[in-house]
Amino acid sequence: MIELKNIRKSFDGRTVIDGATATMKAGQCNLIIGASGSGKTVLMKCMVGLFEPDEGEILYGGQDFTAMNNKEKTEIRKEIGMLFQGSALFDSLTVEKNIMFPLNMFTEWSHQKKLERVNEVLARVNLKDTNKKFPAELSGGMKKRVGIARAIVLNPKYLFCDEPNSGLDPQTSLVIDKLIKEITIEYNITTVVNTHDMNSVMEIGDYILYMHKGKKEWEGSNKQIIFSKNQLLNEFIFASEFLRDAKEMRMLEETGKIPNNRNIDEMIGPENLPKG
Amino acid sequence: MKIFGEIGRFILMIKGMFSKPENWKMYWKELMHQCSEIGFGSLGIVAIISFFIGAVSTIQTAYQLVTPLIPLSTIAQIVRDTVILEFAPTLVCIVLAGVVGSKIASELGNMRVSEQIDALEIMGINTKAYLVMPKIVASLIMIPLLVILAMVLGIIGGRVAGSMAGILPGTTFDKGLLQDFVPYNVFFAMAKAYTFSFIISSIPAYFGYYVKGGALEIGQSSTRAVVVSCILLLFADYVLSALLL
Repeated sequence: MIELKNIRKSFDGRTVIDGATATMKAGQCNLIIGASGSGKTVLMKCMVGLFEPDEGEILYGGQDFTAMNNKEKTEIRKEIGMLFQGSALFDSLTVEKNIMFPLNMFTEWSHQKKLERVNEVLARVNLKDTNKKFPAELSGGMKKRVGIARAIVLNPKYLFCDEPNSGLDPQTSLVIDKLIKEITIEYNITTVVNTHDMNSVMEIGDYILYMHKGKKEWEGSNKQIIFSKNQLLNEFIFASEFLRDAKEMRMLEETGKIPNNRNIDEMIGPENLPKG
Repeated sequence: MKIFGEIGRFILMIKGMFSKPENWKMYWKELMHQCSEIGFGSLGIVAIISFFIGAVSTIQTAYQLVTPLIPLSTIAQIVRDTVILEFAPTLVCIVLAGVVGSKIASELGNMRVSEQIDALEIMGINTKAYLVMPKIVASLIMIPLLVILAMVLGIIGGRVAGSMAGILPGTTFDKGLLQDFVPYNVFFAMAKAYTFSFIISSIPAYFGYYVKGGALEIGQSSTRAVVVSCILLLFADYVLSALLL
């Protein structure tokens, strides 16, 4: 479990995070959402220790990460896996060596055992037989999966994913979302995902933290989000007419009622109805 | 005021390199890799430059010594001392500031921009120790060796040019090489080589490590790294000459 208590962070006098508080549980996909510049990436970087928050506490399993010395932080970091927006694979290393890197650095295992573990995680992300390929030879989706494989190779307790679906087609995004969800449950990891992708919000958002101008604006689950009355959240999530209609269709499914007394034909659009 | 901030951050980077390695074997492997990249990667250019510098020195020295009162072997003495004192350490290191410096700055800059450094940090690795330290140590090992090689090749170049141009025979050149040889000059050259090695590895590492932005900024930081390294190198050359000679 990760607890954030009143996190504040500013750069050159400009407040980027203004008192964020949240609890992210194990075995759940915890999503941080918000518009560009809302502070979600900075919040995630504070959580993993790439930025020092100006105020507040970040508790990993009850231990205050912000109050730790470098040695203690290093120990916590060994329990963290992270998937970066651009995958951050080491260009000069093959897929196999990329994934083996944390094993080489932190274990005394034999080469055979390390290789078995690499193949195991590669199979888990459905990327068998890519061991000898270099990152430049992989597609965006494959790079993300290699990134996930590298992040989970040391069996982390915490998995952070920064914009896992950026630059991916909707179908591949679904595959990545599904994979993150499965891994979270399978290894009972506390997963924190920073995303813009509304499909991810609906698919894997066990806990959603909506940030607006550095502040926590709303929190809840993907089941609750469609019923939220928060105007800023609704404007952000259901920005397009298509998504607003999708929300209302979902509400219809959940409650049996069409909100705002709208007509189903009007929602679908008469021109889109099948003829005859 | 910004310059003081930069100097402070540079000192903190150097201080941050000193920590117990997470895995000695991995650090050793990285050091060997850097030795190979910096040392063997620059061997060709150093060899070519040194040979021709020695050759040109012989010809130009002979061109200026027109009086028959000065023995021909003096040309060899002048070439020897010029190559050892200045050309081998300074000129070679200026070239290496371009070759090695831009490589270090762009490699680290690319790693920073593509979040590879962040990825290492999150794994719990001290990136200053793992990425910067091996580059500086490898430079301190390999660049003085390249300077020694440059001294030898420079003198050989001078001898070959002297013989081929009919300026002085090889035996006269060899005789001149041994006349009034001061071993302290080699010590001075090595003191310069170690100082320059530190400058041409740590300065580009600093510019690359702290780069912000994208591909354009990586290019700009590489250029700045080379320019600053060259200026500091020449300044250090002056200070060392004033102090040690």
